[in-house]
Amino acid sequence: MASIPELIVRLKRQDRWFAVLGLACTLVGLVTLLILLAGLIRDGHHRLFDPAFYASFPSARAARAGILSPLVGSILLAFVTILLAVPLGVAAGVYLEEYAPRNIWTTLIEINIANLAGVPSIIFGLLALGALIYGLHLDRSLLVGGITLALLILPIVIVTTREALRAIPQGIREAAYALGATKWQVVRHHLIPYSLGGIATGTIIAMSRALGESAPLMTIGALTFITFLPPPPIRSQPPFVNFQWLNSEFTAMPIQMFNWISRPQAEFSALAATAGVVLILMTLSLNAVAIILRYRLRKRIKW
Amino acid sequence: MSSATPEPRDQQVATAVKPRPDSVSPLFGSGRPRWGERLVEWLLFLAAFISVVVTMGIVAILLWESSTFFRSVPTLEFLTGRVWAPTFEPPHFGILPLLCGTVVTTGVALLVALPIGSIVAVYMSEYAPFAVREFLKPTLELLSAIPTVVYGYFALVYVGPTLQRLFADIPGANMLSAGMVMGLMIIPYISSLSEDAMRSVPMLLREGAYALGANRLITAFKVVYPAALSGIGSAYILGISRAIGETMIVAIAAGGQPNFTLDPRQPGLTITAYIVQVSMGDLPRGSVGYQSIFAAGLLLFVFTLGFNILGYLLRKRFRESY
Repeated sequence: MASIPELIVRLKRQDRWFAVLGLACTLVGLVTLLILLAGLIRDGHHRLFDPAFYASFPSARAARAGILSPLVGSILLAFVTILLAVPLGVAAGVYLEEYAPRNIWTTLIEINIANLAGVPSIIFGLLALGALIYGLHLDRSLLVGGITLALLILPIVIVTTREALRAIPQGIREAAYALGATKWQVVRHHLIPYSLGGIATGTIIAMSRALGESAPLMTIGALTFITFLPPPPIRSQPPFVNFQWLNSEFTAMPIQMFNWISRPQAEFSALAATAGVVLILMTLSLNAVAIILRYRLRKRIKW
Repeated sequence: MSSATPEPRDQQVATAVKPRPDSVSPLFGSGRPRWGERLVEWLLFLAAFISVVVTMGIVAILLWESSTFFRSVPTLEFLTGRVWAPTFEPPHFGILPLLCGTVVTTGVALLVALPIGSIVAVYMSEYAPFAVREFLKPTLELLSAIPTVVYGYFALVYVGPTLQRLFADIPGANMLSAGMVMGLMIIPYISSLSEDAMRSVPMLLREGAYALGANRLITAFKVVYPAALSGIGSAYILGISRAIGETMIVAIAAGGQPNFTLDPRQPGLTITAYIVQVSMGDLPRGSVGYQSIFAAGLLLFVFTLGFNILGYLLRKRFRESY
């Protein structure tokens, strides 16, 4: 049996060792990631600063291939996705947090959203394939891709909306009610404006997820070899806007990258690495914006 | 002064305040019904209900589309067959090889992610100084922000060949490399949620342990970890569910051949990767083989549904316990 001072020394030593182990484990993930990223940049840097890479279509000849159509496709896809998912997700979040009675139906909706958040993305692809393409005979278009991704990120938007609403003190609501506001006025004039920052943070993270997602798009049959751009959404003649682009076939950055990975030639593997760097820059910069936004909100808002 | 002067002013005030009949405050009885408010509530409810419609849609589509598959392939043969060869003549549809692929890659991923994720969670919640945690936690979460296609590239181009140097005669594309990279990806899912669960354990429990002479390590593993177990369990389950459903990493790096084996050094095909393979155009649309992706999807959905509900229940319990 050790004496008490010895025991204290031993216990303290254990603690120091575990702190080192914990830090090491945390860094293992990050360092591995950094090594892999360094490899990606090493393999893909040749074309990274080549303007032609961003201005050319995919091609069977690696030297002339570029990412114009996947880049435009990804941006338009993200646009459609956000336009569908945010209003729907915020409305659902507001309902569940502010309106929903505590009953079995609400619990059911909640379990359902929790489940939906964990459904593999490829299942959403099968849903879109079966319901939208086979069922409604829609084209394999930007619209269908956007709907698929919107359904995929809907749970994220709902959950972040609810968290943002929950952070607003009850007193704000009661003050507004005391002044005679109706429930919807409380929501519209107070709760939504105050939770906008939190909702924006969640939406940006959801968007970065949608940008990197490829499995459901491949399931609905998005093509990998698109050498045209969707028709421009703005025209010079009235009515000035044009929704033809929604029906256009598309490709997206991760799909193009997958296509290049699956080719045996080394030149295409290098192209895949370049596309990977661009893709990571897109998703990481969105995440960085979200982190900064969250940090600034936390500093600014003091209820 | 005369007593008549205030009278008209009083009257004036009275008429100004006198409520219009259609806007009575709820305090003084029910006013006109607010249809707008009711309408808004209904619209918001519909938005929330859409998520239920989506789930029902998933179930309906998977059942409906796979029913044509199960008409030509007996369910028992599908669930117990050891050969998956949709392009052979006659085709074989035994799901076990795909299940092996999913189990092996998931198992490897968990072997990487569970220990590392748990240690990271304990470190972040019990050891890390505030500043370190504030910096490391969001940085670690970036691991899950990398697109999975890029992880697939990592596994195929860097990890596979490195493993080839370590083990003699294994193929470059194998389930081990795909699983390891997948493990890296799910570390933050496990560490973040576990840490949240551990941090919600009341300080009093820790102080009780310290008062009895325990150090941080003993407190963490004998007091905090068991107290947060249901929350940590739900984090693990989320990790498992992610690994089962992960598609692109295994589609790119696991080898792409159905393989009835539990050896991770072999190439394999998972349920998810098979769906991608068919979507890339291996089989004609409308054929039995093509419909098999819905049957595979149904199985995948059932698995993840089970894990998700289990995770939800655990999470609910851990929220309620303090």
